[in-house]
Amino acid sequence: MRTVSAEKLTKAVKDSLIKINYELDNSLVTLLKKAKSKETSNLSKSILDDILENQALARDRKAPLCQDTGVAVIFVEHGLDVRLDGNLDDAINAGVRLAYDEGYLRKSVVQHPFNRENTKDNTPAIIHTKLVDGDQIKLKIASKGAGSENMSKVVMLTPSDGIEGVKKLVLDTIFDAGGKPCPPIIVGIGVGGNFEKSAMLAKEAILRDLDDSNPDPSLNALEKELLSEINALGVGPMGVGGETTCLAVKINTFPMHIASLPVAINIQCHSARHMEVTL
Amino acid sequence: MIRITPPIDNATIKQLHAGDKVLLSGTILTARDQAHIRLVKDQATDLDLKGAVIYYVGPTPARPGEIIGASGPTSSYRMDSLSVPLMERGVKMMIGKGNRSKAFRNAMIENNAVYMIATGGAGALLSSKIKSVRVIKYEDLGTEAVHALEVEDFPCFVAYDVHGKSIFKGDV
Ligand code: SF4
Repeated sequence: MRTVSAEKLTKAVKDSLIKINYELDNSLVTLLKKAKSKETSNLSKSILDDILENQALARDRKAPLCQDTGVAVIFVEHGLDVRLDGNLDDAINAGVRLAYDEGYLRKSVVQHPFNRENTKDNTPAIIHTKLVDGDQIKLKIASKGAGSENMSKVVMLTPSDGIEGVKKLVLDTIFDAGGKPCPPIIVGIGVGGNFEKSAMLAKEAILRDLDDSNPDPSLNALEKELLSEINALGVGPMGVGGETTCLAVKINTFPMHIASLPVAINIQCHSARHMEVTL
Repeated sequence: MIRITPPIDNATIKQLHAGDKVLLSGTILTARDQAHIRLVKDQATDLDLKGAVIYYVGPTPARPGEIIGASGPTSSYRMDSLSVPLMERGVKMMIGKGNRSKAFRNAMIENNAVYMIATGGAGALLSSKIKSVRVIKYEDLGTEAVHALEVEDFPCFVAYDVHGKSIFKGDV
């Protein structure tokens, strides 16, 4: 059986977290540039200019893009034929600790919902582990800010609400969020499963590649349709009105109970910081 | 483009209209959730808020040799009710991101103050407009302590003006 050292995993987590906090993904930058060329008002153009200038500056200076460097969210796909020579959660948290310290990232995690005492090293990370075939460990690593996370929701619709109910919920949620989640946003939608499964689906949806297409043709069409309907809301960059509110919609689904239609909407701001590494 | 240097008076507030781009230079204060709670409780504070500008920000730590880390705005709505007593004590301008409650807007107009937004997520860019930083209150709050920032040409936009207009698509 293959062995991966915990030290190597810690370093991968650390390096990835620092990198994503300094550099926006190229496909995202391309979408932001395209969005800017579509804006007609000076105000919305000026905001997209700031966002583009900001990412160039952050990349050049190796500095954080945003002051909210988020909570670390890590999806682990652990092959059954590979063994980590240490505790997985500990190795991940060690990487988080190092990244937020050495990368000069903000420590935004508090220990307790009511005493609000900062843990001072941005741990614990939120870790989701899945066992899969193979001899590799795949990590999807994200820093998720609160501005957009706070505008996300899970709603238990009923089957009769159908596709129209889902669309209405998405549009209402985004319109009501306005400028708070730092639009232009990316919207991850989880439909199906149950209460917690839908939230997981939505979170995984925002981690999908921006330029992938949904393998299910009907969902692929729905993603495109929702994208144009969201943009027709006119919320615009930072909520000031404009052509682009949303850069991409990603929908993930799962089978569900005959009586249920759970829907989760996870909003991701334009500072979409995530990447994948395989060990 | 309008240039403003705090402290801010009523005449300046009146000239500002939703959507105007403003470049701020001079001293502005930082405060977010925890600092607001303390400032509101701490009636006898020695902090002079007359004509003051409050920026809702909690920066990333500065690297050695740097003045400050990334310094973009945080969502303002969490400070809505706490802003009111501070405006009553003289705060004239608040900078954050996103829309705010009707009650906040009414209190803002009553107190002749203005709400500004800076581009959210532009932490690296906005920090390049900050020339010096000093902790002036509640040091134990770390990134959430009240800091005095010296800024130069700090870019922001008028979001709610005293004439009742809003920059936001969703507002009436
Ligand atoms: S919503 Fe995103 S871009 Fe906006 S402040 Fe939060 S982390 Fe930064």
